[in-house]
Order: sequence, then structure tokens, then C-alpha cells
Amino acid sequence: MELTAKLVNLQKHYDLGTIVVKALRGVSLDIPEGDFLAIMGSSGSGKSTMLNLLGGLDRPTSGEYYLRGQNVATLSDDEISAIRNTLIGFIFQSFNLVAQYSVLENIAVPLLYRPGYPPISSADEDRCNELAKMVGLGDRTDHKPYQLSGGQQQRVAIARALMNDPAIIMADEPTGNLDSKTGEEILGMLKSLNEQGRTIIMVTHEVEVAEQAKSHIYMKDGLIAGHGIFRG
Amino acid sequence: MYHLLRTIRLAIKSLLLHKLRSGLTMLGIVFGVFSVIAMLAIGEGASKQAQEQVLMLGANNIIVRSIKPPEDSGTGGSANVRVLRYGLTRADFNILKGTVPKLSGIVPVREVILNVRNRDHEMNPRVVGCTPEYQEMNHLDIAQGRFFTDQDIRNLSNVIVIASETAEMLFPLESPLNKSVQIKNRAYRVIGVTKERTASAAIGGSLSGQNYNKDLYMPLDTFQSRINTKDTIIKMASGSFSAVSVVYDQITLKIDHPKIVVEPDVIIAIAEMVRETMDTNHAVKRDVDVIVPLELLKQAEQLRNIFNVVLGSIAGISLLVGGIGIMNIMLATVTERTREIGVRRALGARRIDITQQFLIETIVLSGTGGLVGLILGCATPYAFGGIKGIVKYYILDSSGDKSEMANMFLTMTPQVAIWSLPVAFGFSVMIGLVFGVYPARAAARLDPIEALRHE
Ligand SMILES: Nc1ncnc2c1ncn2[C@@H]1O[C@H](COP(=O)(O)OP(=O)(O)OP(=O)(O)O)[C@@H](O)[C@H]1O
Ligand SMILES: [Mg+2]
Repeated sequence: MELTAKLVNLQKHYDLGTIVVKALRGVSLDIPEGDFLAIMGSSGSGKSTMLNLLGGLDRPTSGEYYLRGQNVATLSDDEISAIRNTLIGFIFQSFNLVAQYSVLENIAVPLLYRPGYPPISSADEDRCNELAKMVGLGDRTDHKPYQLSGGQQQRVAIARALMNDPAIIMADEPTGNLDSKTGEEILGMLKSLNEQGRTIIMVTHEVEVAEQAKSHIYMKDGLIAGHGIFRG
Repeated sequence: MYHLLRTIRLAIKSLLLHKLRSGLTMLGIVFGVFSVIAMLAIGEGASKQAQEQVLMLGANNIIVRSIKPPEDSGTGGSANVRVLRYGLTRADFNILKGTVPKLSGIVPVREVILNVRNRDHEMNPRVVGCTPEYQEMNHLDIAQGRFFTDQDIRNLSNVIVIASETAEMLFPLESPLNKSVQIKNRAYRVIGVTKERTASAAIGGSLSGQNYNKDLYMPLDTFQSRINTKDTIIKMASGSFSAVSVVYDQITLKIDHPKIVVEPDVIIAIAEMVRETMDTNHAVKRDVDVIVPLELLKQAEQLRNIFNVVLGSIAGISLLVGGIGIMNIMLATVTERTREIGVRRALGARRIDITQQFLIETIVLSGTGGLVGLILGCATPYAFGGIKGIVKYYILDSSGDKSEMANMFLTMTPQVAIWSLPVAFGFSVMIGLVFGVYPARAAARLDPIEALRHE
């Protein structure tokens, strides 16, 4: 099976002057294509740090990261930006919608940064509407984020993440700010996206959420402590 | 191109989100651009006015004037009558007439303020002794009757032409034509009334402003024999006499040179010659001045350029202040929208995209401010009319005489210089560009992760 991501002894240190925080202390991991990986661990164990590295938002201090066989360290900032735009969809714990944009405009943001800036076609617009319908917000496309519930905002974020049809979706505690019922709905969406063949990497510290994933890693002090779900 | 339009549209959208803030931020640029255009319009108006004045004086003319020397230098007559003798003489007139090349006209003038009356109506107009050419040269139009002719000069006719205000004051209820006016115990018949004529403003300190509406014109020879008898006018004031002996107050030379625009130097050269002649004839007293309207035109142009630079710089400073204000707000905006920047970066925005977004926002802001300022600037001439009204009503005494400065101000209309519009607008866009770069770069330099974490 082809690998979507391969981490080799990945380290991330934060130099705070007086001390150096070692958020990741040598992580090696293979993520196959089509995986639904749940990253678990206690607070401060380095989950978000790892996801940010995987998503190309950050660069490692040392170690290698191959994204679809390409060494990310050799890519320029612009090239990584293009990868984030076309290959990866992000979903955040706190939704992170653009406050002044409507639902539809938020879904369309990734269109603004497509490599080469192709004009937004009517097909693109149709796709925005389709995605809004798919996440159950077809009748609220004109609403602003502040007019939506947390669950609805997260659906907008999912639709936005899907805009450029990415192969990988990264979600950092996507259900963390939602009640369990709404969280389940969101999770269901991620599952069906995985069934469509997309690779999903999700950070969570809720066992019930992690159980929905295909594979699991447990992190502790910047290292992968084990594979599988650790209860208690 | 398409991408740029899209960015501009999005910029407008996010600026409209905070209408009040955007409006207030623009204000500095609005006033900056407005003042640039207004200042240049006032400079332009002043220079237009000066040009018109010069044309009124006649660009082809050379004006030779007598100047009153300081009081104590008067040469004495008898013990109690001091005669002040100065200025242009008949000899000067003859020399000028004989030597100035290309001369097409020479108009001598003698003028004095005298008491004149019609029964119990009296006033103190400027009594001007002149030749018929004076009418044309000073652009006087006749309202009633006629101006005097060479015939009147030869006959030493006791006729006069009066200006509109003079006519009103001496003859409030009747037509002045063919009525008589008393000047120094002699009666003169009114043969014409001139139309109202706008006062001329002072030009560069060489010529004082002139109000033509309180004048009284008389054939030169009549004036010289009846009033300026033996070239001397004696006035009695508080028991003592004062006598002034002047032959001509002014001799205007008209040069025949149609190609004045192409070859202005010809006039300047002749004027130089006249100046030399006069300087040798009046070397001691220096009681004659030569004024060349064409030179005044050059001075006016210089004055305008100085105006433009000085006023433009002041206005430019206010533009600069506006730009700093915009930069300040944009820096605050970047901080406020740090998280949005992080999100955009996560969704694939490159650094240059973020730079562009904020730079375009700044430029749209300053450009819009520029446009508003432009519109306000174009309204300057109308606003100036209002200001003139206020000044006239509250500051200047309605009855009293106005200073030359005030006169110049009141007769001036600002002229919006067309070239200043694109220049001022271009400046406002430039300001946006210059002051937008720093905030935009600051936004683009943000680390995506840090930005996403920002509360
Ligand atoms: N920018 C930074 N500067 C300094 N230290 C940092 C920075 N980012 C993360 N860290 C540190 O790295 C470690 C891992 O942080 P990380 O956010 O990855 O934890 P996490 O597993 O996601 O925790 P949580 O479950 O609370 O989100 C923490 O000790 C954190 O303090
Ligand atoms: Mg975290």
C-alpha cells in the first residue's frame, strides 16, 4: 500500500532562551493511504505539534518527513502553501471561520489561493453550494458564523476543507468544542469521507471518538508510547 | 488582472465591515488631498488674476511713472510756500516720443485728488487729465454720452467725463449729461459717463490697486492750463499752503509688436532702454519708475511657482500625516485579524497573498480617501465664494476702504488646476502603497501556527 506520510525520527524543539522545550523527541511513523488515524495522548504530549508538522504548517527541528514520497524539508514556503491548498484540508477545534464572510464565502476561501489563481468558475460556485448542502447547511448559505451554532460552524469548516477535493484531511480535536451528539455527527462525516478514500488524521483525547478510527497512536512526552487505544 | 479585481473586491468588502473606522481612517487622506487641490487652486487663481491684471495694463505697454520723493527733499519756494517739484517733465515726454522705437502710442497723464461739487453735492474724486487714448488703454466703456476727442484737447474745452460712482454722488437724482460741475471755482460740462469697471488689484508692489469708479476725466491740455497752472497745484490745508509741481504723473508707451508671445524680449529690451534714459535724466532724485507689465507677468509666474511649492509642501505634510494614520490603523487591523491570517495560511495562502491582501486594502482605503478629497477639492471655488462672503461681512468694514491685499482676495477666484487632480489622486494611492507595505509585510511574516493560536 502506498504511504501518504512517512516520519523518520522527527523532532521539534522550541528554544525559549533559558530552556529548550522538546515537543517531539524523535517520532517515526508510517501512515498508509486511506488510513483513518487517531492521535491520542495527554495534554502537552505533542499531538498538535505533530499534526501541524504533518499538515505542513510547521517545519521540524530535525528528522525527515516525506509527504507522498516528497521530502517536505526541500520545499519552499510557497510550495508548501500550494500543497496545503490542494492536497490537505484542515479542520480545527475552534472552527476558525472568517468572521466577516458568509457560509458560502467561507467555503470558497480555498478557491482564492489555488495555484495560478484560476478564476472562480460557475462549476466552482456549484460545488460550494453542493458542499453546503452536503453538510446540511444548504438553506443557510448567507448566514454569518456568529449566526450559527458550534456544530454548524464545524460543518462549514468541513465543507471548506473539502473545497479543493484534498486527499488528506487533518483535524485537531474537531469535536472538542461540541456536545457528544453533535460530535458524533461530525465524526460520521469524517468516517464517510474516509470511506471515499481520503486519508484522515485526527487528534483527540476522547476514547469514544478515537474508537471510530482505523488505527491509533498514543503519545507521551513527545514520543509515540504505543499503537492502539489505551484506556485510562 | 482577474485576480487583482477579486482582491480589490474582497478588500472593499472587509473595509465596509467597519464603515466608521474606515471612514475615520480615510479622513486624513481626504483632507490631505483636499488641501493639496485647494492650495494649488488658490495659487492658480491668484496667478490667473495677476495675468488678467497684466493684460488689462497691456502686455505691449511700458509705463513710466513719477514717484514722489521723501517729503523733506522738496525744494523750497518762498518762506511759507514749499513747492515739491518732482517727476516726469516735458523734456522726458519729448525724448521718449522721439527715441523709443516701434512706438505706436504715447499717453501722458496728470492726476490729482480735488474737491468737486454740483451745488450742495460734493466729493473728492481723482481728477485725471489725459488724452483720448486713455479710454481705450484703461478699458473704459461709455455708459452715456461720449469720451472727449483730440478736438476737445486742441480747443481747451471745459468738458469732463465722469465715472459711475462719481455720477451717482454728484447727480443722485438727475442725468449728469450736459450739467456742470465745479472744480476750483470753474465750471466744467459733463459730456460722458463711463460704465462701472472692476477695480484693478495691486501687482507685486509696483502698481497700487486702482478703483476706476470714483474718477473724473478731463482733456489733458485743459487740465494743464486750468488746474495744473504753471505745472503747479497749490492746496490749502489748516492755514498753510502746500504746492506740488508735477508735469505728468504717468506716461504710457505703447509698443507696436504683435509677436509679443513669441518674442517678448523685444519689449523687455525697449523697456531697458527707456529705463536707462530715465535713469540718466533723473539720476539725482530717482523720482521716476519704469514698470513693464510683461515683467510683472514673469514675476506673477514666479510667485505662483513659489506658492505652489510652499502650499503644496504644507498640504503634502497633511497627506503624510494621513498616511501615518492609515498605517497605524492597518497595523492594529493586522493584530486584530491575526487569526484570520493564520486560517488563510492554513488554507493555502502564500506570504505574497497575505501581503497583497493588506496592501490592497490600504490602497483602496487611501485611494477612496483620495477620491473623496478630489471631489471636495473641486468644490473649492464654491466654498471660497462662501469664505469671501464671510470675510466681507465680518472682517472688512463695509464702508471703509479696503487694503490692496483684501481687494486682491475679494476679486480672486480659485481655479482648480486640472493637472493637480491626477497628481493628488496618484499621491493618495502612493501613500497607501508606501504606508501599507509595512503592515502588509508584518501580516505576511506571521508564523501560521502562532497566528492560529492568537486569541
Ligand atoms: N510555540 C511554542 N513555544 C513553546 N513551546 C511550545 C510551543 N508550542 C507547543 N509548545 C510546547 O510543546 C508541547 C506540546 O504541545 P502540543 O500543543 O503539541 O500539545 P498537545 O498534545 O496538543 O496538548 P493539548 O491536548 O493540550 O492540545 C507542550 O509542552 C507545549 O508547551
Ligand atoms: Mg493540542
